[in-house]
Amino acid sequence: MTKTDALFHYCLRLGDDAVILGHRLAELCSRGPFLEEDLALTNIALDYTGRAELFFQYAAELEGKGHSADDLVYRRPERRYYNHLLCERPNVDFGHTIVRQFLFSVYDRYLLEELGVAKDTRLAEIAVKALKETRYHLSHAADWMVRLGRGTEESHRRVQQALNDQWTYTGELFEMDDVDLLLLEHGIAADLHTLRALWQTEVKQTLDRAGLQRPADGYMQTGSRKGIHSEHLGHLLSEMQYLVRAYPQAAW
Amino acid sequence: MDTQLDLWEVFVQSKPGQPYKHAGSVHASDKRMALQNARDVYTRRGEASGLWVVRAADIVASNLADHDMFFDPANDKIYRHPTFYQVPEGAKNI
Repeated sequence: MTKTDALFHYCLRLGDDAVILGHRLAELCSRGPFLEEDLALTNIALDYTGRAELFFQYAAELEGKGHSADDLVYRRPERRYYNHLLCERPNVDFGHTIVRQFLFSVYDRYLLEELGVAKDTRLAEIAVKALKETRYHLSHAADWMVRLGRGTEESHRRVQQALNDQWTYTGELFEMDDVDLLLLEHGIAADLHTLRALWQTEVKQTLDRAGLQRPADGYMQTGSRKGIHSEHLGHLLSEMQYLVRAYPQAAW
Repeated sequence: MDTQLDLWEVFVQSKPGQPYKHAGSVHASDKRMALQNARDVYTRRGEASGLWVVRAADIVASNLADHDMFFDPANDKIYRHPTFYQVPEGAKNI
């Protein structure tokens, strides 16, 4: 594997997280709990779509096979998607949506801070831009964790349940493989082992503020680094890719 | 029954130094949510440099019934209006 191959895969993964989580949030458009929150979630979805485009444009250039960013998103099968399993979790209810957003945004915040000083100018520029958005996503999600955790008996029960249900998808966020290790040598990738400690501290702080129990680190789901996904991604992609698959020649 | 969250009024500043102008309102349960909702509803295309939110219940407003008492007396006293000065030619911003 060359450095360019590794960077291609790295950008693809970053783009996949953004486009899949963005799609999940976009599913809530017009279905938010109230108008203002509907707009807030849709704004976050659009932030992810925007950065996904930047990651995929770069990935397509690195790949050098004449693919466009759209090709990578709309013509790639499930087994060649590398988003973390957490990002494809269904919305379920507002509690699940917020917990997913919170757990991912803490990770994303530290990841983008690291990538913002990566020794690859293009990647660093995207990260710096995305970090501004992610700081807002995190502040939005963390505030909701506290409101729901300290809200009513029902909101507390539901957000705790959402946390228990999704905790098993957090271990995977910190897995590193050959791609990460090769880029780490070049000062490009983030060291996820360092990140994990920061993530755990910050998550615990917010859970304490919210009066929520941190679930125990039991069995952690894994697979997405190899393109192995839960049953949910196929359904998501079939909806997202429907038009391009049905009408391959369709143009904007 | 009103099941909405509290009503907050939103004021947006379009550029640094400009006055804050009333833009509309949002629902929110606390200050932080009010500010975030105002940001998401009224500034998402980047048209702002500052935001104020204030609980609608905290605004002291004039009463329509007091309209005559409050505003009418100003209308018939033309000497209250600075219209008797000669404005020098070429003076701007007056």
